[in-house]
Amino acid sequence: MPKTRTAAAPRKGAAPRKTAAGPKAAAAPAPAPQTAPAKPRVATCSLAGCFGCHMSILDIDERILQLIELVEFDKSPIDDLKRFTQRCAIGLVEGGCCNAENVHVLQDFRKNCDILISVGECAICGGIPAMRNTIPLRECLEEAYIAGPTVHNPSNRIPDDPEIPRLLNRVYPCHEIVKMDYYLQGCPPPADAIWAALTALLTNRPIQLPYELLKYD
Amino acid sequence: MSEAIEMTIDGVAVTAAPGQTILQAADAAGIYIPRLCAHPELTPFGACRVCTVKVNGRPQAACTTPATKGMVIENDTAELLEHRRSLIEMLFVEGNHFCMFCERSGNCELQALAYRFGIDAPRHAYQFPERSLDGSHPDVFIDRNRCVLCARCVRASAELDHKHVFDFVGRGSHKRIWVDAKERLSDTPLAVGDRAVGACPVGAILRKRTGYATPIGKRAYDRQPIGSEIEAARAAAPTAKGS
Repeated sequence: MPKTRTAAAPRKGAAPRKTAAGPKAAAAPAPAPQTAPAKPRVATCSLAGCFGCHMSILDIDERILQLIELVEFDKSPIDDLKRFTQRCAIGLVEGGCCNAENVHVLQDFRKNCDILISVGECAICGGIPAMRNTIPLRECLEEAYIAGPTVHNPSNRIPDDPEIPRLLNRVYPCHEIVKMDYYLQGCPPPADAIWAALTALLTNRPIQLPYELLKYD
Repeated sequence: MSEAIEMTIDGVAVTAAPGQTILQAADAAGIYIPRLCAHPELTPFGACRVCTVKVNGRPQAACTTPATKGMVIENDTAELLEHRRSLIEMLFVEGNHFCMFCERSGNCELQALAYRFGIDAPRHAYQFPERSLDGSHPDVFIDRNRCVLCARCVRASAELDHKHVFDFVGRGSHKRIWVDAKERLSDTPLAVGDRAVGACPVGAILRKRTGYATPIGKRAYDRQPIGSEIEAARAAAPTAKGS
């Protein structure tokens, strides 16, 4: 089960971002025999999710200073990088796939990350958005834009601008679209679980969550 | 006829009383065999097969198989754990189990089994079946999205409440729990205090207006795996029998 981490490619001069909380003598002991000059890169994204899992990532509190010692963030809402700048060691994926753009982003992550982690219930089972899976898509759209009791939509049209990503027939868990390497359960996963998983992977140890950290809610 | 029955479970000598099933004998000996449909007060039913053990090399449901002399039982083996894990995963993908908002989460036996088995994601594709609800009763609702067809409500209603409110209709993947009335739960004599309501291991039959009463961290399976109480009995009385 321990995965080998093919660490990030040699750093190009590029890598913008990261101002706040830069290298700071982290008070707590840094948990890593960290080696190379190039830190492994971590990317994150939120597909059909609520950003709750990203909040849980931030919920590692001051350990985020240690995390920044350990990794460099690449494409992520955390640093607002829109594109991959380099190959990443780890991709954290929140949310399942409800539309074509989600699928595209997920495939992009698979291409650019060595290890992909499904973070949270939505990524693992579709979650709340997947509640529509038992209702035909046409019915969902008509309820939302035409027939719903509180709908005000004089055009009586379901939005169809080509800029809007096409919805899929149902919401898919990430591992039904691409191969996912690890799963962090929870809604959201506890910050401690995210921390434990990240630090294990970054130090080439297997992820072993204690009983209290495997929770589905 | 009434003498003790000697057998072994994973090499541990266990003594069963006449009339006991393998599951009951194991419980008494402090050996946990995972189970879902079995309930100490209800007639064994053998619906879920999670308690499958190997008896003299053959798979048998521990909840329905009577203990007999000289049985050699395998319980905690990699092969059986894998079978059970697979059964639990299938139960998850066959229904619509949205743990994140389920009132039963934390006290749910299906979820607790998944925790105990360390299931991080099912290996099968989710089916997202269309299932119906029945909110007609003033105090109790049925959410068939969460039903695992364990028949505990069927048995509890018939055996403990003497009402026969619930039964199965349909076959195969169309099988579902239904009420013995013209149409709805409110047409039955079900009362909120009936044992059938509390017998549900998941969140399929629940009392209304009682959800989320226990804070996270204090629910039944937040800190301790399901089965710990049975195993604790064994730890407390070590090496009493057999060896």
